[in-house]
Amino acid sequence: AFFWLVSLLLSSLIWFIAVKASNPHDEQLQKGLLIFGVMFSVLLQEAFRFLYYKLLRKAIEGLVALSEDGCSPISIQQMAYVAGVGFGLMSGAFSMINLLADALGPGTVGIHGDSQLYFLTSAFMTMVLIFLHTFWGILFFHGCESRRWWEIAAVVVMHLAVSGSTFCNPLYVGSLVPSYLLMAAAAAWAYLLSGGSAQNLRRFLLCK
Amino acid sequence: MITFMNNSDSEDEPCNERTSLMSAESPPVPSYQDGLQASEAGEAQTHRKRQTGSSRSPNNVADGDVSDLGVRVRESALENEEEELTLKYGAKHVIMLFVPVTLCMIVVVATIKSVRFYTEKNGQLIYTPFSEDTPSVGQRLLNSVLNTIIMISVIVVMTVFLVVLYKYRCYKFIHGWLILSSLMLLFLFTYIYLGEVLKTYNVAMDYPTVILVIWNFGAVGMICIHWKGPLQLQQAYLIMISALMALVFIKYLPEWSAWVILGAISIYDLMAVLCPKGPLRMLVETAQERNEPIFPALIYSSAMIWTVGMAKQDTAARGPSQQTWDADARENHSSPSHSDSQISETRSPVPSHPITSLEELEEEERGVKLGLGDFIFYSVLVGKAAATPSGDWNTTLACFVAILIGLCLTLLLLAVFKKALPALPISITFGLIFYFSTDNLVRPFMDTLASHQLYI
Repeated sequence: AFFWLVSLLLSSLIWFIAVKASNPHDEQLQKGLLIFGVMFSVLLQEAFRFLYYKLLRKAIEGLVALSEDGCSPISIQQMAYVAGVGFGLMSGAFSMINLLADALGPGTVGIHGDSQLYFLTSAFMTMVLIFLHTFWGILFFHGCESRRWWEIAAVVVMHLAVSGSTFCNPLYVGSLVPSYLLMAAAAAWAYLLSGGSAQNLRRFLLCK
Repeated sequence: MITFMNNSDSEDEPCNERTSLMSAESPPVPSYQDGLQASEAGEAQTHRKRQTGSSRSPNNVADGDVSDLGVRVRESALENEEEELTLKYGAKHVIMLFVPVTLCMIVVVATIKSVRFYTEKNGQLIYTPFSEDTPSVGQRLLNSVLNTIIMISVIVVMTVFLVVLYKYRCYKFIHGWLILSSLMLLFLFTYIYLGEVLKTYNVAMDYPTVILVIWNFGAVGMICIHWKGPLQLQQAYLIMISALMALVFIKYLPEWSAWVILGAISIYDLMAVLCPKGPLRMLVETAQERNEPIFPALIYSSAMIWTVGMAKQDTAARGPSQQTWDADARENHSSPSHSDSQISETRSPVPSHPITSLEELEEEERGVKLGLGDFIFYSVLVGKAAATPSGDWNTTLACFVAILIGLCLTLLLLAVFKKALPALPISITFGLIFYFSTDNLVRPFMDTLASHQLYI
């Protein structure tokens, strides 16, 4: 969570500088800067995820060295999951909390012509992003562990795609649907990577 | 309650706040523990002393930092094992400290966001006489710096005074001071808080009920904090009074002064705990020399239960003073001396104590102690972040995460250095950085993103 926060900080710093340095009345430029800011932020987030991976790697080595039987009390997969959840929660919290605070206020959603489904779609989008961050954490760490760079690249591309799809808002079908599909794909992939299989799932569902 | 700057809220709490994280290990006791006590090496304790003062003038806040240097490595042969256990229990300690700090912050933020009383400007304390309502920025900055200097010098003076009192064994005076200030906190501030909360939610309550509630709350609190009580109740009370204190600070410190004071106090903490002539360090060393516990009442302890639990068997062995010290003061207190005296007293009269309870004893001894002043200043930071006029929750959340990460890092350093460490500097630095950057940089970014409903 902390790492996500730092990445957000740096990316907003860049955006802020860019905005201050540019003409505030040029709408197109501002929009362009915003898009640039978003993309840059996504890249920074993934970079920080990588840094976090490096840090956790070192921590695991330390724990293994100190432990009695040569294996660390917490596995890298668990750490990947936790890292993903941390990122997701922080990103979700930052996206939603001001909205939630405003939701306690007067019921004037969409009064200026914006979509009336603002809160609902924001909630769904945030939820899908949190899940996605969790899955991306697992995929990313797995990719780093087994040195499969294409997995890491896939995570980055997926993140960019999801963020990019939000540019379609308020045409919500353009952003929510692809995001949910990507989430399903990432979920299945992460599940398989973590050692799950169709049999496990069936056994679990049938409570054997 | 004598001279009020204006409204009723005058804080009569001379608080000697000391922050220090202490890692203490009980010294080897000759009777049987060699194997058992080897694992006690990594006891980390954070102490922060907050002394409550008499009712002379409003807001006698003195922050003193006691650094506890009580680390005595027991047996070098078992050092590795100890280290490993330290790290293993380090995570547990971190969680044990996260919960109370989080609770305190939640209480403060919830109050700030809902009760408008604590964000209204109703005057200032006499410790911050310079007003910030000046027309120019430079003047305002100057005033806040002057306020800070006055505040910090008050704190230093109070700490030195406390150390001197302790050195000359004026225990009764210190005791009385602490009791008086916790009395004021528990009764007066709770009354005001209750009044404001009831006003906010427009709930009526008649005076007899108020008297009953406040009386019970205060009396139980006094007993719990200064004498004996269930551990969780004591912890809850300590959290509540830290939150109340933090709320008073948030209300009565003007904006810029508050931030400068936070920065200055973490620097002071650093110096007072680590410098050889720092008052807190001297206090701890004196306590260690005398083999006494420093007033434990100003410390939040996550594992004091053994002193209460063992009382049945060892009341004879332990003097009554031990009990009062345990529950009482908020002073940073070197854990080794504390555990020393406790262990030597509890172990020697009961040599046939079953191993299990001894292990239990040790398990619980291995608690973490954090000074109450730390709680207060963390909450002040988060509360001030929540009280910003823009009403942004992201800033509050960012400061919260920053402080917790700082606490984590400090505990990590504690496990590495095994020395008393100040708990304020790292967390406050992170908190300040994150507050200012989130408020000025991240907020416009997130607002623009939210208005277009873009997600990063």
